[in-house]
Amino acid sequence: MRKYRTDMYEGTIAETVTVPGHNGTVINAYFARPLGPGPFPGVVLIHHAPGWDEWYRETTRKFAHHGYLAISPNIYYQFGHGAPEDIAAKVRAAGGVSDDDVVGDITESLSYLKSLPQSNGKAGVFGTCSGGRQVFLVACRTKGFDAAVDCWGGRVVMSKQELSAKYPVAPIDYTKDLSCPLLGLFGEEDQFPTPQQVEQHEQELKKYGKTYEFHMYPKAGHGFFYYDRSGYRQEQAVDGWNKVFAFFAKYLGTSD
Amino acid sequence: MCTGIVENTKISGHGKGPQGWFPLEQASVSYDHPDHARSERAVIIDLLSNSAGLESRVAVELTPQSARDLVHAILATLSRGEGEGEGTRNE
Repeated sequence: MRKYRTDMYEGTIAETVTVPGHNGTVINAYFARPLGPGPFPGVVLIHHAPGWDEWYRETTRKFAHHGYLAISPNIYYQFGHGAPEDIAAKVRAAGGVSDDDVVGDITESLSYLKSLPQSNGKAGVFGTCSGGRQVFLVACRTKGFDAAVDCWGGRVVMSKQELSAKYPVAPIDYTKDLSCPLLGLFGEEDQFPTPQQVEQHEQELKKYGKTYEFHMYPKAGHGFFYYDRSGYRQEQAVDGWNKVFAFFAKYLGTSD
Repeated sequence: MCTGIVENTKISGHGKGPQGWFPLEQASVSYDHPDHARSERAVIIDLLSNSAGLESRVAVELTPQSARDLVHAILATLSRGEGEGEGTRNE
């Protein structure tokens, strides 16, 4: 965790930028970074189902504050622009964004981060809710990330009936290809994913000898980091954030 | 889309938003984490207009029991309006 001194210098910049997306598209992204030449590690944030919203901007700045080049691409870009909840409704009605599109967008953001002169050459990926699922998917289907943090991602385990053209393979079936250490944070009272599904995923990670840490929090459900929602759990959220930063510091390094 | 549970249907009617009335063409019903309701899961109903733009949306987030009650109320209303008067009303 970041150690503070009252005489230390701090500076960050955060702004909307455009970056390459899947299949040669250009999408917008929120990019926050510490001031200075670095070198800094990077983090790509995959936003949740409620959309590319204020919580993700705040969280992007939080990572920058802790010494990371942090970028949150708008993976709903193809659905147009408006209030985040209206875009999210359109995505819901369309049955979501396809796994291929997400993998493409996130891979391009990773390349962008690593191309920066102040990059230390390492990068992680972080996501919550549907973004947590996509974190695992991306960490399996691409190489180049050095650490991945899946917060309560549902539908890693999927039945055959749930598969579709947009979601052709259940993420759990990619486990053997996981290319970096994985941190998973879950709530015992969550139903998407259930503790049983998390256990099933953990068995698969063990089977293939993957490096991972899973933490199942009691008295917490889905989205227990979200201070603006009823599922917020202060004690579990504080501990969870400590684990996120310790995990990234271990595998990515920090400038702190 | 945490749950992936969504049902879409074409509809015909009108909805009212901050800018007034607009035509409705699609209903999207999902069971997922709500944006605003103080519960972990909700039945989310979006009545959408493809022609009037993204902000022309009638949205509700209901508890599962409220959603069931609403379904019953709609069906009861239809039954009374169409069933009891069948053959006697000219619209």
